[in-house]
Amino acid sequence: MGYQLLNKDFNDILNQLKSEYKIYGPKRFENKGRFSDTDVIGYGEIDKLEDIVLDEKTYFSPKEIIYPIRQTLFYFTEDEVKVPDAPEDKVIVFLRPCDINGIKRLDTIFLENGPYKDVYYERLREKVKFFMIECTEGFDSCFCVSMNSNKTHDYAVAIRFNEENVLIDLKDRDLLEYFENYGKAEEFTPEYIKENKAKVSIPYPEKVTNEMFEHEVWQEYTRRCIGCGRCNTSCITCSCFTMQDVYYDANKKVGERRRVWASCQIDVFTNMAGGHGFREKQGQRMRFKTMHKINDFYKRFGFHMCVGCGRCDDVCPEYISFSKCINKLYSIVEEGNNDEK
Amino acid sequence: MMKNNPYLPVSAPITKITKETDIDYTFRLACDIKPQNGQFLEVSIPRVGEAPISISDFGDGYIDMTIRRVGKLTNDIHELKVGDKLFIRGPYGNGFPLEQYKGKHLIIAAGGTGLAPVKSIINYFYKNIDELKRFDLLIGFKSPKDVLFEDEINKWKEKINVTLTVDKGDENWEGNTGLITKYVPDIKIDNMKDTEVIIVGPPIMMKFTSMEFLKLNVPEKKIWVSFERKMSCGIGKCGHCKIDETYVCLEGPVFNYTKAKDLID
Repeated sequence: MGYQLLNKDFNDILNQLKSEYKIYGPKRFENKGRFSDTDVIGYGEIDKLEDIVLDEKTYFSPKEIIYPIRQTLFYFTEDEVKVPDAPEDKVIVFLRPCDINGIKRLDTIFLENGPYKDVYYERLREKVKFFMIECTEGFDSCFCVSMNSNKTHDYAVAIRFNEENVLIDLKDRDLLEYFENYGKAEEFTPEYIKENKAKVSIPYPEKVTNEMFEHEVWQEYTRRCIGCGRCNTSCITCSCFTMQDVYYDANKKVGERRRVWASCQIDVFTNMAGGHGFREKQGQRMRFKTMHKINDFYKRFGFHMCVGCGRCDDVCPEYISFSKCINKLYSIVEEGNNDEK
Repeated sequence: MMKNNPYLPVSAPITKITKETDIDYTFRLACDIKPQNGQFLEVSIPRVGEAPISISDFGDGYIDMTIRRVGKLTNDIHELKVGDKLFIRGPYGNGFPLEQYKGKHLIIAAGGTGLAPVKSIINYFYKNIDELKRFDLLIGFKSPKDVLFEDEINKWKEKINVTLTVDKGDENWEGNTGLITKYVPDIKIDNMKDTEVIIVGPPIMMKFTSMEFLKLNVPEKKIWVSFERKMSCGIGKCGHCKIDETYVCLEGPVFNYTKAKDLID
């Protein structure tokens, strides 16, 4: 169902939706940027269309809305445990197709991998409606087209933002009551980006042999990567976490168990009691992450984990480019080019 | 309260604590869990933390876990007394294919605490020795003071061909010394087809012990190993134990060698 709405009408609708939904979108956080006097674009609650930043990519993905950085699993007292209630608010998120596809990857891990559903993820996830931002230009580091994640039809509403109005494709009938009294009917089908500036070729998973794991190409990352984990925290698809117990009182009887985001690039990710761990070198960790994103997730689920949002390139303090890494692998695996370091 | 919450542990009272060595205690918990041999539990003390620990033995209404004091959680577990509670969830993982070993010549090579996850298998076949053609058990520890389950090892010797060795003896040690690998060639294997080998221990021990068995022409598919990894969830979500496309908590911890040899951390 298509509509054309004036910006002010769209804002009226947002205002009404706010009674029932928390509304998140890409917005500007002033003076929170990496350098002094710079801003950062991230996800936060928005009030109106003008709050939404469309001409810059967000530094962080929207994943923390459904998969918080820290999430309490249960509180404990001496004899009992109590699971916190789920937040009651329903949620609307303005996001691009790549991120919707990224959340599909999170769904895959949390809801499909292993014998149990992750109930904490599920109870937030099922409250979310996607408001897809039409994305036909992308940004310099994006390579969603190569990852086949530039398109999706999984949205409640798709939106084209024009100067004075918005075009809407409404799929979710629950929302009809909000939209039907505004604007005029106009057929609208969102378009999708057809070509990015950055492109990757992915080596065919069956061709990536164990020799590739030991290849010297990874050594550069041992030299360059400082193991800060920004690539993981900014990634829409990174889902790893670690359990953490904390207590509040002096006698240590009352506290909570929570999970916190974990990074495969950071020391101790694999460490067991006694201190023994695996993948001590940064190059091995880069290999582990790369293979997960473009090789072994595919072997398990039939599609790649990486959606090509390019945020890992944007945030890396050492200017490591993931898309270049993928292309280097392709060159080695598919073209037998071992000279490229 | 959420239904079907896989992260919620249940409490289980400790009914017995056996000091195996200075740093290894076996805790018996009263619980109704019916695990397969080789599976593990996520064990915790709320406020301290949670870790995967293999089940060393089990029976009607109880499970045993042999826990070494090596970190924050295990230090605190060692402070617990009979009557105190541990919190558990599970069992998780795949366990050893016990049925496949019946009627065969079974060889188990266990290094250090690697003896714990295979102990229930040893006890099963000790009680049902007729179900095996032959049973060779190689056990290695670092030193005499690290020897686990000493009484049981002596009991096993009645029916099982046990070779116990320590890397380095002391003045009172009269038994074998040297690594397990040294004793592998002494095992007499009549028929490779009817032989199954289980190897559990530290990664380096499993690697070189496997190589010794391969040298004896034991086919790869006859060798079984069990991996130890960091795990926060045990159910395929947290990502810590993943190796390539394999989740040790789901497809392991027990692997056939044909699979294990290609798992590169």
